[in-house]
Amino acid sequence: MSAPAAPALWRLLPAGSYAGRARMMMVRSATASRRTWLAFVSGFFEPLFYLLAMGTGLGSLVGDLPGPDGQPISYAAFIAPGLLAASAMNGAVFDSTYNVFFKLHYARLYDSMLATPLGPVDVALGEIGWALLRGGLYATAFLSVMAGFGLIESPWALLALPAALLVAFAFAAIGMAATSFMRSWQDFDLVTLAVLPMFLFSTTFYPLSVYPRWLQIVVECLPLYHAVELMRGLTTGVVGAGLLGHLAYFVVMVVVGVVIAARRLDRLLLR
Amino acid sequence: MSDALVQARGLRKSFGAVEAVRGIDVDVAPGEVFGFLGPNGAGKSSTMRMIACVSPRSAGTLSVLGMDPGVDGPRIRARIGVVPQLDNLDAELSVRENLEIYGRYFGLPRRHVKEKAAELLEFAQLTERAGDTVEELSGGMKRRLTIARSLVNDPELLLLDEPTTGLDPQARHLLWDRLYRLKREGVTQIVTTHYMDEAEQLCDRLVVMDGGVIAAEGSPAELIGRYSTREVLELRFDPEHRPTAEALERHAERVEELPDRFLLYTVDGERTHGDVVGAGFVPLSSLVRRSSLEDVFLRLTGRTLVD
Repeated sequence: MSAPAAPALWRLLPAGSYAGRARMMMVRSATASRRTWLAFVSGFFEPLFYLLAMGTGLGSLVGDLPGPDGQPISYAAFIAPGLLAASAMNGAVFDSTYNVFFKLHYARLYDSMLATPLGPVDVALGEIGWALLRGGLYATAFLSVMAGFGLIESPWALLALPAALLVAFAFAAIGMAATSFMRSWQDFDLVTLAVLPMFLFSTTFYPLSVYPRWLQIVVECLPLYHAVELMRGLTTGVVGAGLLGHLAYFVVMVVVGVVIAARRLDRLLLR
Repeated sequence: MSDALVQARGLRKSFGAVEAVRGIDVDVAPGEVFGFLGPNGAGKSSTMRMIACVSPRSAGTLSVLGMDPGVDGPRIRARIGVVPQLDNLDAELSVRENLEIYGRYFGLPRRHVKEKAAELLEFAQLTERAGDTVEELSGGMKRRLTIARSLVNDPELLLLDEPTTGLDPQARHLLWDRLYRLKREGVTQIVTTHYMDEAEQLCDRLVVMDGGVIAAEGSPAELIGRYSTREVLELRFDPEHRPTAEALERHAERVEELPDRFLLYTVDGERTHGDVVGAGFVPLSSLVRRSSLEDVFLRLTGRTLVD
């Protein structure tokens, strides 16, 4: 019933807000998704359609592109890891912004949970955890498809799954933190404004070298760029110390996101 | 009262510059049904949220089940049940799942919540609707489900925030019956309401709140005895021949003038009616009734409760 022995991270979180039962939130989400399985399944098809349309269609015009180590790879093999990263981002952002905002302000779902021993930290971790589980399933399915199309060049690709989970965790945490500041649905235009250009320009569809230097620097600051480069390195088997830098980027995102989200939820829910 | 389930001293809650609760003392004894009565904005819900450990107090002391909500929130919440003012059922779950999943939030084992859910569906007369989604239920059914949900952890203390607001009379009576059954089982209840009849039906003891403070405290009968007379004579006059309140005052202990009628507080309504007519005032209509908490509230605040 009381919070488990507190590791360092928990000390940044509001006291008495964690019952150690975030798992029950995920049980709830799983139960609810049985009713909305279609929406659940649709999340898998989006990256698949992009892969077919762009990889096969556009790929026949584009031909080969230079991979991370300069060796030419097929266009489909180039964009597939990008799409994997982007779908991890999109799923996590959607779950942690629109869905959370609705539950927070309209369904008053979290208010009902706070009448139980659950606290805001359970809520935040439970929702992020569910977004992760979902993202993990999509990533597994997409990686299988990539393998089926022969787009995986290295056993390192197995690590793309945990990497996708970390990416999803980071975006879910930041998304939830951002949602806690939103006041109306209009504010969600900002989410689209952030996510769509990131999807298009973060070397998802073409390499960084096509941009002028100043734009390259901008792109290099974007989180999705680091996700795409991380995935591409793993699925093509070009693994170096640089990947650790990308990983670090997401670890920082996770910590910042979780701390802000939990603190803000605490203020929003425990008025 | 050291064995009180809830004890508040000088309890305050402010939101910025607005003080919703301005220093109240409350004791709720085990097994009793305790009421907060007052108009909207009196501070009832803010007080309830503090007791439910979802709203930190601004000042004063508060103990719930012998613990401090500021320190032991999760541990207190594990032992209380909450029925919020607005239903917040989980629309993505079925009626049965609403109970089962809610039980899991309390850390109860799956098998236990399954049995408990079946029992509570029976209690709320919703067994036939167990597989429906929440949206398909009527307002009264949703309310019963919310109350059933609040019982999933066998709470020692039940907090009901305006449990019957917006329900039709039939649904209200069914709910009152359920709450009465819980009382007989020994569940302590704290109820807020702005309905007089509800407070008189349900509460052993209540406080009248107004403007964030407690205006009076006692059992419904005590409050009526202290602040009102046994009977009330209600008189309506033709506007052309409406007497002044002063003219009526010598026939009753006290007179309240409302826009559409006079209330004459008296021991014997029939006799007062005779006196008034004898003095030459002929009302369009008259009604003799027992004093109610509405009269207490009017006396204490100079306003009717629900306008």
